Amino acid sequence: MTEMRFAGFGGQGIIRSGIILGRAISIYDHGFATMNQSFGPEARGGACSSQMVISDTKVLYPYVSRTDFLIAMSQEGYDKFIDELKEDGTLIIDSDLVKPKTDKKIFGIPSTRIAEELGNRIIANVVMLGFMTAVTKVVSVEAMKKTIPESVPQRFIELNIEAFDRGYHYRAE
Amino acid sequence: MKANPRDVFTGTYYIDGDVAAAYGALAAGCKFLGGYPITPSTEAAEAFARKAPYVGAQFIQMEDELGSIASVLGASWSGKKSMTITSGPGYSLMMENIGLGAAMEIPFVIINIQRSGPSTGVPTSTGQADIMQSKWGANGDYEVIALAPESPQESFDFAIKAFNLAERYRVPVMFMADECVGHMTEKVVIPDASEIEVEPRRFYQGKKEEYIPYRRDQDLVPPIVKAGDGYHLYITGLTHDERGYPLLDHRSLPKIEKAKVIHKKSTNPYLVDKIRKNKDEIIEMQEDHLEDAEVVIVSYGITSRVAYRAFEQARQEGIKVGMLRLITVWPFPDDRIAELAKKVKGFVVPEINYGQIVFEVDRCSHGKANTILVPHGGASVHKPDDILGAIKKIVKDNKKYEQVIEYTTTLEKTIFKGSLTEKIKK
Repeated sequence: MTEMRFAGFGGQGIIRSGIILGRAISIYDHGFATMNQSFGPEARGGACSSQMVISDTKVLYPYVSRTDFLIAMSQEGYDKFIDELKEDGTLIIDSDLVKPKTDKKIFGIPSTRIAEELGNRIIANVVMLGFMTAVTKVVSVEAMKKTIPESVPQRFIELNIEAFDRGYHYRAE
Repeated sequence: MKANPRDVFTGTYYIDGDVAAAYGALAAGCKFLGGYPITPSTEAAEAFARKAPYVGAQFIQMEDELGSIASVLGASWSGKKSMTITSGPGYSLMMENIGLGAAMEIPFVIINIQRSGPSTGVPTSTGQADIMQSKWGANGDYEVIALAPESPQESFDFAIKAFNLAERYRVPVMFMADECVGHMTEKVVIPDASEIEVEPRRFYQGKKEEYIPYRRDQDLVPPIVKAGDGYHLYITGLTHDERGYPLLDHRSLPKIEKAKVIHKKSTNPYLVDKIRKNKDEIIEMQEDHLEDAEVVIVSYGITSRVAYRAFEQARQEGIKVGMLRLITVWPFPDDRIAELAKKVKGFVVPEINYGQIVFEVDRCSHGKANTILVPHGGASVHKPDDILGAIKKIVKDNKKYEQVIEYTTTLEKTIFKGSLTEKIKK
């Protein structure tokens, strides 16, 4: 069983990331992925997180308690959830937006900057999904590439796949 | 009858329990939603509204919950399968007209995605504390049916079940999900329409001039007509006779068998009898390892999933524990609990409230077995260890308790130091 949390602020596609990952795992990789979300009253800018429990069998307990992976897209998200990360857990961050103070294992990618280079910062979460796929190996690349086109508007499919690839092939410092 | 292919959005989805419930309602043939969107049920209303134009259904956002439920009663009389979607505070506001619906014997479904706490409570967090209200919310005697799904897939399946039961028995059916199931996203498979069984409305088949609104079939349920189709229809919330006419003297009170003059029979006793006498057909449970069980966990909704983990752990440790999951919470399986009480040491009842269904279990066990409540204040779900601890306590104590006792190790932490406090601070 793997427990994972995406954290950031509203508008970054945090919940959407969880939906894409969960869909890829439970529909195309034939696993079990249960996602729960929490967000403040604001549509954008408020703290926001989605949590996911991944398993080979039916997920009984739907919330995470000690995460194996924390994917932080904002400093607030990092501060709030870093203690929940296991001692041997892995922290994955947007390296421009999060300044970690921890000796846990860290992988960083400037996902927002890469998304801006590609022309739209709204796809930062997809860059992060690509990076996360490579680091965590909780999902297959094939499953993600089948899921992304189903989850974004037609005219943005190509851009999203490109964003995913940039993240997937990024070499972390 | 099979579902209409137009109403069924066949496919494999990754959606939350709210959305799944809306798709289930549509598949069941629901054509009217009157509602006042409220967290954590809003996604269900949105999903219904988005699909409604494709299946010839309507969604009206009413001015409030009083209007919502009233519109549902009216829509259902017009011949459409109807429902409303709400959460705790809205549910409370609907009680008066739920009673009217029960008295008029209108088939409709209420989806209540339960939040935690009384009054406004914590809108974005889970609870199971409306479960008694779902049975006793309105004044007077009547029976309802209540269902408790534990996953988005069951949200879809049980929404169909809810409509089928409502139409079959002409009764309000309560779909009592909780925020955790409502906002939990999982894989949901919507099968082909040919695999979905739906209950058609029980329309009256006889001659128009012979129609009597509350004359019953063998199973105590009267067939229904559409308002506006030219039948002589008189309906009221006043206690009424078969014709629907108010019946306000003492003869309205005794049980059915005693009244001799047909038109002077009150319909009141039937409001309970049509459910109680058909309860064997209505009640659904999921049982696991009850044959050799010494301790039985009785649970419903999201709690049954968490309880399952405790069940597995206990079995691994060699404790003979069984599971009884209530699929229909109302009507309550009195007979089954009474039967089990004679042979088990005790029942463990975890629920996300401070004790509701636990007292039903205790009532049905007639003092034969111990009952432990594992309470929870809401905002999250039980830790499996709490439920496991209660199981072990029954085994270890090996004596008869005087009353229902509470067991918890992490309650304080869950309520006062956990996520609820964090949310309030914001």
